[in-house]
Amino acid sequence: MTNELLLWLLPLPPLLAFALIVLFLNKSNKASHTVAILSVVLSWLGSMVLFLRALGIGAEALAEHPMHDSLVWLPGKTSLLRIGVYLDPLTAVTLFFVAWTIVMIFVYSVGYHNYGQPKGDHDEKGYPPHGATVEEHGHKHKVPSIEPMYARFFAFVSLFAFGMYLLVVSDNLLTLFAGWEIMGLCSFLLIGFWFKKESARAAAIKAFMTTRVGDVFMLLGIAYLYVATGSLAYTDVFNPEVLHQLAHSPAPVLGMSVAGFIGLLLFIGTVGKSAQWPLHVWLPDAMEGPTPVSAMIHAATMVSAGVYLIIRVFPLLHAAAEVPEFLSPMPIIAFIGAFTALFAATIAVAQNDIKRVLAYSTISQLGYMVAAVGIGAYVAAAFHLVTHAFFKALLFLGSGSVIHGMEHGVLHTGERIDPQNMYNMGGLRRKMPITFWTFLIGGFALAGFPVVTAGFWSKDEILGEAFAGHHMGVFWTLAVAALLTAFYTMRQITLTFLGEPRTEAAKHAHETPWTMTVPLMVLSVFAVGYGWVGVPKYFPVLGGLLPHWFQEWVGAVFHLYVKEEQAVSHSLVPLLVSILVSLGGLALGYVVYRGVTRADQPDPLARPLGPIFTLLKNKYYFDELYAFLFVRPAYWLAEVFTFRWLDRTVIDGILHAVARLSWNLGQFLRNYIDLPLINGFGDALGEGAKGFGRLFRAIQSGRVQHYMLVALAHVVAFLMLVYYYATMS
Amino acid sequence: MSPLTILIFLPIVVGGVFLIFPRMKDQTVKVLALLTGLIAFLISGWIYLSYDLQAGGYQFVHRVPWLPALGIEYHVGVDGMSAPLVLLTGVVIFTGVLVSWNMPRIREFFGLLFILATGVFGVFASLDLFTLFFFYEIAVFPMYLLIVIWGWKKTREYAGMKLTLYLFVGSVLALVGALAMVFQAREQLGYLTFNLLELEKVAFPVAFQKIWFPVVFFGFAVLGGIFPVHNWSPDGHVAAPTAVSMFHAGVLMKLGAFAALRLGIMLMPEGAKFHLPWIIFLTLVNVVYGAFIASVQQDFKYVIGFSSVSHMGLVLMGFATLNYHGFLGAGIQMFSHGVMTALFFAVVGMVYDRAHTRHIPSLGGFVKKLPWAAVAFIIGGLTSMGMPGFSGFVAEFPIFMGVWRYEPWIAIVAVVSIVVTASYVLRVAWRVFFGELKSEYQDVPPLLIYDKIALIVLCAFLIGIGWFPRLMTPWVHVGTEYVLALLK
Repeated sequence: MTNELLLWLLPLPPLLAFALIVLFLNKSNKASHTVAILSVVLSWLGSMVLFLRALGIGAEALAEHPMHDSLVWLPGKTSLLRIGVYLDPLTAVTLFFVAWTIVMIFVYSVGYHNYGQPKGDHDEKGYPPHGATVEEHGHKHKVPSIEPMYARFFAFVSLFAFGMYLLVVSDNLLTLFAGWEIMGLCSFLLIGFWFKKESARAAAIKAFMTTRVGDVFMLLGIAYLYVATGSLAYTDVFNPEVLHQLAHSPAPVLGMSVAGFIGLLLFIGTVGKSAQWPLHVWLPDAMEGPTPVSAMIHAATMVSAGVYLIIRVFPLLHAAAEVPEFLSPMPIIAFIGAFTALFAATIAVAQNDIKRVLAYSTISQLGYMVAAVGIGAYVAAAFHLVTHAFFKALLFLGSGSVIHGMEHGVLHTGERIDPQNMYNMGGLRRKMPITFWTFLIGGFALAGFPVVTAGFWSKDEILGEAFAGHHMGVFWTLAVAALLTAFYTMRQITLTFLGEPRTEAAKHAHETPWTMTVPLMVLSVFAVGYGWVGVPKYFPVLGGLLPHWFQEWVGAVFHLYVKEEQAVSHSLVPLLVSILVSLGGLALGYVVYRGVTRADQPDPLARPLGPIFTLLKNKYYFDELYAFLFVRPAYWLAEVFTFRWLDRTVIDGILHAVARLSWNLGQFLRNYIDLPLINGFGDALGEGAKGFGRLFRAIQSGRVQHYMLVALAHVVAFLMLVYYYATMS
Repeated sequence: MSPLTILIFLPIVVGGVFLIFPRMKDQTVKVLALLTGLIAFLISGWIYLSYDLQAGGYQFVHRVPWLPALGIEYHVGVDGMSAPLVLLTGVVIFTGVLVSWNMPRIREFFGLLFILATGVFGVFASLDLFTLFFFYEIAVFPMYLLIVIWGWKKTREYAGMKLTLYLFVGSVLALVGALAMVFQAREQLGYLTFNLLELEKVAFPVAFQKIWFPVVFFGFAVLGGIFPVHNWSPDGHVAAPTAVSMFHAGVLMKLGAFAALRLGIMLMPEGAKFHLPWIIFLTLVNVVYGAFIASVQQDFKYVIGFSSVSHMGLVLMGFATLNYHGFLGAGIQMFSHGVMTALFFAVVGMVYDRAHTRHIPSLGGFVKKLPWAAVAFIIGGLTSMGMPGFSGFVAEFPIFMGVWRYEPWIAIVAVVSIVVTASYVLRVAWRVFFGELKSEYQDVPPLLIYDKIALIVLCAFLIGIGWFPRLMTPWVHVGTEYVLALLK
């Protein structure tokens, strides 16, 4: 099969699986997950073949001549829009992590949704399973029950996988946007998967609406790009001449060049999708969805797509930044990224829900990547994108495994506690060893534990670039955020796995089945190993031993547009800082939280931080602020101002006034002119009116055919008249 | 005889038969009506598909002298802009019959509905001013009876009267404008003609166009639901019975927009260039205003009614840009919105017939009882919020490109409506179809097979064009090129 054909086919198996499950297999759990997993394995296989072939071609050659094929989608004046597939080194690495994480998460979902367990006692569609009673050895006990909408889940995630593949392989912003929106839709459907839970419904709508705000700006950016260049394909738009022209013509607003303004509009799409401040509010609530969804959509793939977009359009951003007479969007991007990284990390410190900590952590890490793009460190951003996808998927799946184990304990003991609250856990390392070790690996990768973990290398690269580029504000913000990251990660590990169990449920927690633990193990291999492809040259000892593969591979794309800079002297300061904050944060986290022994104990930080802790715990009150600033005024504008006042009072009021006026005019004419003045004539008119009234009564009584006969008679008379005139002439 | 003429007169003949024979059995009426709807759908589809894209221009032309002394002819034909609309009418008449299976007094109902259909087909195909107005009035007049007799008891008389008054005022305005054009053309040509093709070639003086363009454009734009004369439409939609709402929002509003294009913009391009800057502002109000109002309605049907105001604003906005993308998008949007809104009203009707209420907070959980309706509603909703993969995106994306080219700020403001649209579609979908099913709705009957066929046909168009825009864009492209040639 040719590379191009393979690329075209890549997104299709999951789509086919979606259609098959929805149409035919929705009654069978086994068939639905078999088809879904088979489809993503096929796509995975295709991705790996393409990845290996790409390796065979080599970075330079592939960057200059990407695999590319397209056809006309929206015909019109000179084939209005073409769609196609495209694979360059950046696509290849993205495809690599997307394929792996998706397959792992699909397999994990089988275990997560309790495949093989009995049907629940009182389970109904729209609620999470509540457990089933089974009889064993003569006594009854409760065990987890299978998800009642098992097949539907696999249908939705398959559609999602289609959207993600479509986004990655597309050669233009239009199909990228299509994939982007399909994922948004699936995200909505899956957050609201348990649709009878009010909180899930609210979270789904919130997520969809918030990302939609970003999406429409992105759509405008795409429309603008098309208007400016006449194409949306990367190969046309990122042509140096086109870029030069875009970067040197002024946009209508903000003193930006066209390139800069389009870049900014597209970036707003990223802000929504990748949950950057100020559109970050939806991601924590999105944790209402099943955990595999959180891992796949809200950590590894969809939210990464936002960052992928701005890395993808970097030639545009870069061209805009090169021209000094226009304002560049880059400082805005760098600011939002760095600010989000720190801001979300502070909130994560004060959360008790195991998944919410990870959600804020995701926001924060995406902020790193966005900040990296903002300072021009595209390769570092792409590297962190890949490593983060692996270790964050691992952490989410690990948290799902923990929750699963805890739910098992809760069902067994019948305690009424929240199985997601970390204060209710403790000591799980003995009950769930595989989950513990893999979670530890993921957590250390997130914290950037020096040398061994992938997170260290990618984060260090961002910090190094920030330092080398003299972006000291970004550098220190990210360094502090890294310290907090290490701290809350260790807090999470300590509270969850270390110490002694703090509840009965935690004592009865249980390791999860192999369908869940195997994906954890596979992902932890990447969480460690993927870092080794990006060891910088200047790193003592190791730098000389290992090739800096990632830099060369993905860098080849960027070198087409960015001139090779003269060798910057690499300082060891950022390296030392990142080692220091990582180890320091981990140590602090352990020291502070190892003393927690009771589930109802207040957080050790609550007293020293005082009101600040309350502020963090309530996420800086952003939800409340937005409700006050946007939601309620929008409702008021729509309901009170536009509908009640303008539409029903003013516009209809005028209409009704006109009606009343003409009624009164009629009354006046009748009573003061007609009756007294033209009396005799008026009588005749009155008779006529009565006659009309009778006719009208006839209609009201329902005999339409009478009326129709009259109408017909009129038509006939009319036609006769027409004929008469026609023959006369 | 041209197939177009057959298509135009088939419904009124059948409708006339229904009205003339009062003793016809309901079953006979239904079968006949279904057959007629199907045949109309097939003919319209056949005309659409056999339109020669290479040749372009007007095809299936049928021309018969009517009042030669006055230059009046029966003159019909379709071009790239109207072919999709003829198809749309075919789709809506067929599905409209399907969802009206259990209407009371079905014989009269279908009789009037078919007369309406003839009027609509006629307007879309007219190439003669007189023919156009003749069919226009045929389309408007049965509407009043259909609403007043079969409508929602609470508001039908008010809404029927409101609608009729608005539309008649609009058509009188347009008629006056049209006559002005005819007489002006006589001054210039030396003879009287109502032939649109000849009128297109007449270069009316600019001063004349400046005065008469707004009269003609507005006269028809009333039926297109332009702000601030849009209020007949939500009230009318809500009061009308299901199939009539489908026709009403799905086809009749397109009639207004289409006629505003054909008689306003195409005949008086200079007037259009002069006046459209402020008209585009009105359409912007339409787009945002309709969406906002839809988002706070408690009545299921009013939500859809106001959403039509918003989406028709996009059509008129696309026209008002006077550029290629605007016209292209607006042309597709007319078809896409027609099918989408017909689908919406069909679903609303199915729910209302079972719940006997449209109050959104009182509904809930209907996905359990009417899964087909729920899925169809979601497909319609995704179309209306411009999701890629559905026809709405294919239509709205070019419109936004055209508007951006015209003036970026308008596009930026208009795009707010997409967000608001998403909010109300989701709200309604969740409230009506998900959540808990109330106990009083536990035993509602399932959908009929006819309902399901209607939903499938409508959804197939939305998805088919969403995935394969080449099923429609080449037609509209040809039509757009024709319009642009007149604007030069």
